[in-house]
Amino acid sequence: MTSYIIRRLFIGVGVLLISSVLVFVLVAESGDPLALLRMNPLTPQATIHARAVQLHLYDPLWQRYWIWFSHVLRGDFGLNNSNIAVGHQLKLHFFVTMRMVILSTVLAIVLAISVGVIAALRHDTIVDRTTSVVNFVFLSVPVFVVGLVLKTFVAVPIDQHFHRVVLATAGEQNPLATGDFFQRFPDYLSHSLLPTMTLVLATYSSWAIYQRSTVLDVMDSDYVRLARAKGISPRRVLLRHILRNALIPVTTIIALDFAGLMGGAVITETVYGWNGLGRFFLDGVNAQDTNVVLAYLLLTATIVITFNLVADLLYGFLDPRIRYGKS
Amino acid sequence: MTKRTSKEADVSGSNVDSDDMDFETRGQWSMVLHRFIHNGQAMTGLVTFFLLLIVSGVYTALHPNQYSALSTAFNQGPSAAHIFGTNSIGIDMLAQILKGVLQDVQVAVLVAAMSVVIGTLVGAVAGYYGGKIDNVMMRLVDLVLVIPVLVVLILLAHIVAQKANNWFYLAIIIGSLSWTYIARLVRAEFLSLRERDFVEASRALGANDWRIISRHMIPNAIGPIIVNATITIAGAIVLEATLSYLGLGIQPPAVSLGLLIEQGQNSATTEYWLFVYPAAFLLALIVSVFFIGDGLRAALDPRKVRVRS
Repeated sequence: MTSYIIRRLFIGVGVLLISSVLVFVLVAESGDPLALLRMNPLTPQATIHARAVQLHLYDPLWQRYWIWFSHVLRGDFGLNNSNIAVGHQLKLHFFVTMRMVILSTVLAIVLAISVGVIAALRHDTIVDRTTSVVNFVFLSVPVFVVGLVLKTFVAVPIDQHFHRVVLATAGEQNPLATGDFFQRFPDYLSHSLLPTMTLVLATYSSWAIYQRSTVLDVMDSDYVRLARAKGISPRRVLLRHILRNALIPVTTIIALDFAGLMGGAVITETVYGWNGLGRFFLDGVNAQDTNVVLAYLLLTATIVITFNLVADLLYGFLDPRIRYGKS
Repeated sequence: MTKRTSKEADVSGSNVDSDDMDFETRGQWSMVLHRFIHNGQAMTGLVTFFLLLIVSGVYTALHPNQYSALSTAFNQGPSAAHIFGTNSIGIDMLAQILKGVLQDVQVAVLVAAMSVVIGTLVGAVAGYYGGKIDNVMMRLVDLVLVIPVLVVLILLAHIVAQKANNWFYLAIIIGSLSWTYIARLVRAEFLSLRERDFVEASRALGANDWRIISRHMIPNAIGPIIVNATITIAGAIVLEATLSYLGLGIQPPAVSLGLLIEQGQNSATTEYWLFVYPAAFLLALIVSVFFIGDGLRAALDPRKVRVRS
């Protein structure tokens, strides 16, 4: 078991390294971080030169990568193009995004499992058919459309009806709000409700569809048929035999989709004007800011890799038939 | 596949009236077609998709420049002259939306074609040869799982956003990231197919690797490939729309549904037609492709229920 975890961690670090090299080359070669300075005819040549030296633009690519890499090993993500420490910004934006991502993941799991299980138990009824179509619609509709529809046709009418901001549509919090966490809680809630809902609706559907099919598979299995034949009450069959087995496989799917969820968070943040990791990343891309883009990438990839590892371990823990490290 | 066909023949046989036992035997593809046609959801998808395509194609052919033709009818709501209204510079929304549908499908079909070719080749080679080649290729595929696809796309799209006529580049970069799922799938199919007797038999008859792969194994894995090509089309439409929404996709004066939604979002409460109609068409387009894909999956392999996330 330990050797399995260690091997997985090594692979994870390797993947991180390779992806950081690829993204570094991509960002560094794709544009000029000093384009804005050059565009201004009043910028002295010496300033441009000094900035280029400061950003190591005259050095060969591998050397620039090494400078970045050796600093990251020491926990230093470098400065962005405006000379602000990236590490600090990353931390600020990280907590903003996590507020949305963690809550939506939990809610999406609950929603997906309930919808999937109910649809499977009522399969081939009107409930099943309706949820199936609804699932398909949410599977198809892009995140930004969900966000925009909620914003325009839910938040705006409600706010207009009450003549005040009940559901905020811009920003992750009121910048003027003061007080401790509990005093600011209503403000957080007002700003988080719609973005979280957007991400939940954009995420839950594929899990629900998968959950439904797993429950159907388990209901069709020999041990469930045996349990029924023994005369065990339907309720007990459902709780002890069906659900206990049917909830396991979906953990893997949820973990694999986590990368997609982080991508969805970028869009949701854009729609609702949150200053989260997504905004941080998009601004970095537009400014050709290598350090910002790489810091975002490294953080996101680490989260995804960790999530996948935890899910695999959880899978082995939940399903004793699966044993890692012995082959 | 051969085993499955014989089972299906039994099923169709049992449906036949017991009085006259001359039951019709159906080939595999005829069975697939039969199941697809009798799937209401799939046929709804198919009809909607082709209706959208034909209407867009005919309208755009009849009025080739209307999607960029300015007029003085600024911000007009839906009327007889402009069914879906006009935008703030007087361009007819209907013409823009239909042009956008064509643009989206154009990008998506190119992406799907690329994904099928690259994915099948990579998956086939990895699955057929196994060992080191397989390992290297699958680690490459794993890279895409770790970094959100959208993030890489944003990086790449930023590079090509300024190029003229960038839908082609856009399709290339989306395609270069979308093939991994098909590769994974073809590899899995090939791992089981290469152990089958008919592969062994053709090798014993002296067929070379390429012939075994192209004539014996790919035809046996074609079902899942077709299903996922369809789903790749839907996924590509979503990705293109998302990039266009972020301002990194299709650039004006070209139009795409994502771009129209982006342009209409800020006036969605007052000039609803600028937002609602493009969004409705985008949704109809994606849902119809998904329905076709789901119908194909059900028709090709009625047993499996997994839908790609």
